[in-house]
Amino acid sequence: MAAPTVSESLGRFAPSPARRRKDRAARTTILVATLVALVPLAFILYFLLSKGLSAWFTSGFFTTDPTGNTFFAHSSIGGIKSAILGTIEMVALASVISIPLGVGVALWLVEYGRGTIYANVVRFFVDVLTGVPSIIFGLFIYIVLIVGTGSSYAGYKGALALSLLMLPIVIRSAEVILLLIPDSLRESALALGAPRWKVIFSVVLPTALPGMLTGMLLAVARAAGETAPLLFTAAATNSTTFNLGGFMNSLPVQIYNDVTSPTPSVVNRAWGAALTLVALIFLLNLVARLVSRRSRLR
Amino acid sequence: MAATTLPARDGSLLQRSRAARAPDSALKWGLTILSGLILLLILFFFISLYRQARPAFAQFGVFGFTFDNNWNVSHNEFGALALLVGTLITSGVALIIGVPIAVATAIYITELAPRSIRTPVTVLVELLAAVPSVVYGLWGIFVLAPHLQGIEQWFANTFSFIPFIGGGTVTIPNLFIAGLVLAIMILPIVSAISREVMSTVPPDQKEAMLGLGATRWEMIRTAVLPYCRSGITSGAMLGLGRAIGETIAVTILVGDSPLMPKHLFEQGYSLAAVIANEFGEAQGLHRSALFAAGLVLFVLTLLVNGLARLIVMRSSRSSRIKRQSNAPAAGAAEIPVGAA
Repeated sequence: MAAPTVSESLGRFAPSPARRRKDRAARTTILVATLVALVPLAFILYFLLSKGLSAWFTSGFFTTDPTGNTFFAHSSIGGIKSAILGTIEMVALASVISIPLGVGVALWLVEYGRGTIYANVVRFFVDVLTGVPSIIFGLFIYIVLIVGTGSSYAGYKGALALSLLMLPIVIRSAEVILLLIPDSLRESALALGAPRWKVIFSVVLPTALPGMLTGMLLAVARAAGETAPLLFTAAATNSTTFNLGGFMNSLPVQIYNDVTSPTPSVVNRAWGAALTLVALIFLLNLVARLVSRRSRLR
Repeated sequence: MAATTLPARDGSLLQRSRAARAPDSALKWGLTILSGLILLLILFFFISLYRQARPAFAQFGVFGFTFDNNWNVSHNEFGALALLVGTLITSGVALIIGVPIAVATAIYITELAPRSIRTPVTVLVELLAAVPSVVYGLWGIFVLAPHLQGIEQWFANTFSFIPFIGGGTVTIPNLFIAGLVLAIMILPIVSAISREVMSTVPPDQKEAMLGLGATRWEMIRTAVLPYCRSGITSGAMLGLGRAIGETIAVTILVGDSPLMPKHLFEQGYSLAAVIANEFGEAQGLHRSALFAAGLVLFVLTLLVNGLARLIVMRSSRSSRIKRQSNAPAAGAAEIPVGAA
């Protein structure tokens, strides 16, 4: 340990006790604040597990639909099968819509529009889209597809609202990855005589794909947890359906509806559904992290 | 055998045929149009919201709707001031509580934490962002709010001399709890942006401070924080935008009272919450008023986010100029083009 001797020999340059106390106090405050920031996560996970797991083990939790019966504690309230399947269906459709469109816009921003004013305008509006509250997407889809067509709620309308929400996330994350691809790679392909579109499809995209996957998965995770855009687009229903043209249940909306119930067993189902949703989202986040670690572009 | 003749082309030998070039321009224009659709989308957003909101605006006037304090569904009177105030109070509480803690986590992660625990702490803070809004609402209303009610009541009684905070009875859903949960929800984004700017502080500036004999905290206060001020500000603004637009957690936690709040620990409402709560059964003018509330919310988030981006743009420009004047010889080469 060389430190004490050095500080002894340089004693007169060392900070005064008052300054050192201040330093220690500030550092402790920062450490405590960081711990305070992590307390809610610990509490949320604790309560999710302690209350959610007991709901998971009630019979038929994953295999039955909610019965819609919420007032009589002794009758069966049902499980969350339709909510899980509805979330998966709508998020899958939203991904199918938003990922190709988002990657397309990102490709244009990086491969064609780089440095142009138009690209900056597009980028600005993508940022604007990031900041739009999710309930506004729901209202928008409601106006266009429900007021506009005179029809009612439907799963695909919920999926469209979710895809609007995912779009800016996909665009910005894909853009960041595309910018990381060295120009020398593009230039060597062009020098070999490949046309631009071939460079994009057989050099740029395959190189960027693993990296872009991370952003896509995070966008999917974000969409899976959103309630507000679904309230007035897909609404909620009890039964499991694979018809995206009809009302569709989803985990967040199921939780939201159960929260307001006065019946303890229904609230318990909300905890179980919340644990399911959080497990799903954390899993997507975990996969995203693993993918980004394996990707060469970071 | 006759001498082979090259097929007649109008271009040079090296040029591709028209057919071979077609997919190239098709892709280019396709993608250009696609990105133009983003602009159209936002314009369309605005117009369609406005068209639905027009009956309410025609009845009460744009200013009358936004700044009148009377949200009365049964009398068909709609002035959104109390909702606007509720939105601003909850997001204000979120900023006051959330931003200092978020900045502290960012300082801890970038400057103080041992290298081995940096990534785990970062991941944990980011996991806060992964928890869905409705789960925050569920946890807030069944766990946090009942447990904090006693403390809030004590606080309101002890500080009863402070207007707006003291006095009054504490209800379980209230403006403060909604703001507190919003603080947790904006923490990850403010922390992530602060961390990002803190990692751009030139190491030589930090080392110079330490070399002059500064303690760690003095180094952070004099070298790191001033350098990051505008970055942290814009992070806080983005967090504010999040908090203003957050719907479901607030809807569950804020209660549903469309009256002007008299103190912090009573029920209130917010622009987003009123839409989520009342839209389902709204008809006619009521529905139009909810669309108008959505439009006000939309414009508010646009302003806040626009301001945040503006701060980022201005700060990156001024730091570029600073860097240039500090190192005139090497300055020009380092300027990143179009950094945003």
